[in-house]
Amino acid sequence: MSPVSPRHIAIAVAIIALIVVPYAINQPYYVNIASQILLYAVFALGLNVLVGYAGLVSLGHAGLSGAAAYAVAYLLAAGHGHTVAIVGGLAAGLVVTAGFAALSLRATGISFIMITLALGEIIWGLAYRWISITNGDNGINVSSRPAPFGLPLDSASAFYDVTLIVFLLALVACAIFVGSPFGAALTGTRDQPRRMNALGFHVWMIRFWAFMFSGLLSSVSGVLFIYYYQFISPPALALTSSAEVLLMVISGGAGTLLGPVVGASLVVIIKLVVSAYVSRWNFMLGAIFVAIVVFMPEGLVPGTVRLARAAWREVNRRGLLAQPTIGGQKS
Amino acid sequence: MSALAVRGLNKSFGGLNVTRSVDLAVEPGERRLIIGPNGAGKTTLFNLITGELAPDGGAVLLFDRDITRLPSRNRAHLGMARTYQIITLFPRDTILRNTLLALLGLSPLRWNPWLALHRQQDLLTQARAALGRVGLEHMAERPLAETSYGEKRRVEIAMALAQKPRVLLLDEPFAGLSIDERRDVRELLKAIPRDVTVVMIEHDMDTALDLADRITLLHFGEVIVEGTRAEVVADPRTREVYLGE
Repeated sequence: MSPVSPRHIAIAVAIIALIVVPYAINQPYYVNIASQILLYAVFALGLNVLVGYAGLVSLGHAGLSGAAAYAVAYLLAAGHGHTVAIVGGLAAGLVVTAGFAALSLRATGISFIMITLALGEIIWGLAYRWISITNGDNGINVSSRPAPFGLPLDSASAFYDVTLIVFLLALVACAIFVGSPFGAALTGTRDQPRRMNALGFHVWMIRFWAFMFSGLLSSVSGVLFIYYYQFISPPALALTSSAEVLLMVISGGAGTLLGPVVGASLVVIIKLVVSAYVSRWNFMLGAIFVAIVVFMPEGLVPGTVRLARAAWREVNRRGLLAQPTIGGQKS
Repeated sequence: MSALAVRGLNKSFGGLNVTRSVDLAVEPGERRLIIGPNGAGKTTLFNLITGELAPDGGAVLLFDRDITRLPSRNRAHLGMARTYQIITLFPRDTILRNTLLALLGLSPLRWNPWLALHRQQDLLTQARAALGRVGLEHMAERPLAETSYGEKRRVEIAMALAQKPRVLLLDEPFAGLSIDERRDVRELLKAIPRDVTVVMIEHDMDTALDLADRITLLHFGEVIVEGTRAEVVADPRTREVYLGE
């Protein structure tokens, strides 16, 4: 492979665009949409660790990010500072994740989905009913955003910048994780768990730590969520929220690095932009999802790569056929 | 001291006794062939030895250490490796990555989530060497899904050898191979050094006969005959089981 491949150029262009475009547009509404895309992209990256690389589909991940978000809101409401709240939020997210993992990893396949779904519903129920902590249906308001290094994040663009940095860190962490020996072991447990056991791998423990990494990224997105909306209430933890993130992962391409990012963009844009013009935006989302499943069952990113390769081969083939004529003209 | 010993091993699925008080003692460096007709319980015996199934009774010992209750993964770390009759590889990965996984299974590196796997020169060198032993080094980068059945069989063996096992269990390594491929695999198995103890299941007696020091004949989960090659071949019970005389 050459040191600078088209892939590297594409990534560089994408990063520059992510930095420049919100400034070029400079309207808080669109900058906020970009922030939402990135915070959901972090969430989708986290879920993708399980769905894509471990082959374990979770329908309870909103419970993980929600636990982190609620913990931040609760700690702030109790009068703690932002540092304590953020650390506490991540810790709460990880503790809940460990509980999810310990209970759900007894199974795989459909049973795993059902256990995560049930656990997610339990967290949602707690948010709804444990009123002394969560304020029930009314949710919790967060009055201020943090100001790291004295820079307030109250403006849309300042918050976007921080979200972008967190997103890039999450993306790089995922890239390193996937290319690591542990990442190889994880995909191994996805494809041949029995063989992995015979080869000397502790399949359960590998899945557990993958779940923890997934939960960490979900918690990070939960912290971004609570500071973005400055409000949390039970619907954020409901099954539909978990399903939405799963939709992002699958539509973009599970088991790819950029798939969840593309999927997050797709779902957030349809939800926010299209819903302004089409009242039945859920129908649009469903129709697009069906189209993706029909034409690119592997997801948008791998699907586009496949079609682009096919097109490139076709161009090359025609080019080769055309060559003799060009040679004839030259001589 | 036996490299591998099995004592009074029992296993039944419902009312079907697939392993009936099987005793086995394989000496270090020995080549043991386990034969028997379809449904004799050969693969079940392997699954009991490697820990993929738990026995109802009896014990499995590896170099005098009782491993009956040990999970499969721990047995791999104690020097037990196996191949599968039904190919059990990683179809989405390249041949090289399949072999790397075998090496990684015994390396502490397998827990490392931040190093780049493709820069672990030590592992890569070992993986290529293992592929070299089975003659697949030239196609190391090929995706497994694009290889032939015979090549997959050799990847299975390369992965087992890469783990430098003390006891190697081969479950029908010749199954489904052409005559030429059989010859290649036989040469490959002959080249395994004698510090590795080899236990091999083979359905077809003729193919593997010349590889074996001793032969165990299994029938309906029981050991019927055990002895040297000549003894077992000459035994009337062998003829009875195989030819139905």
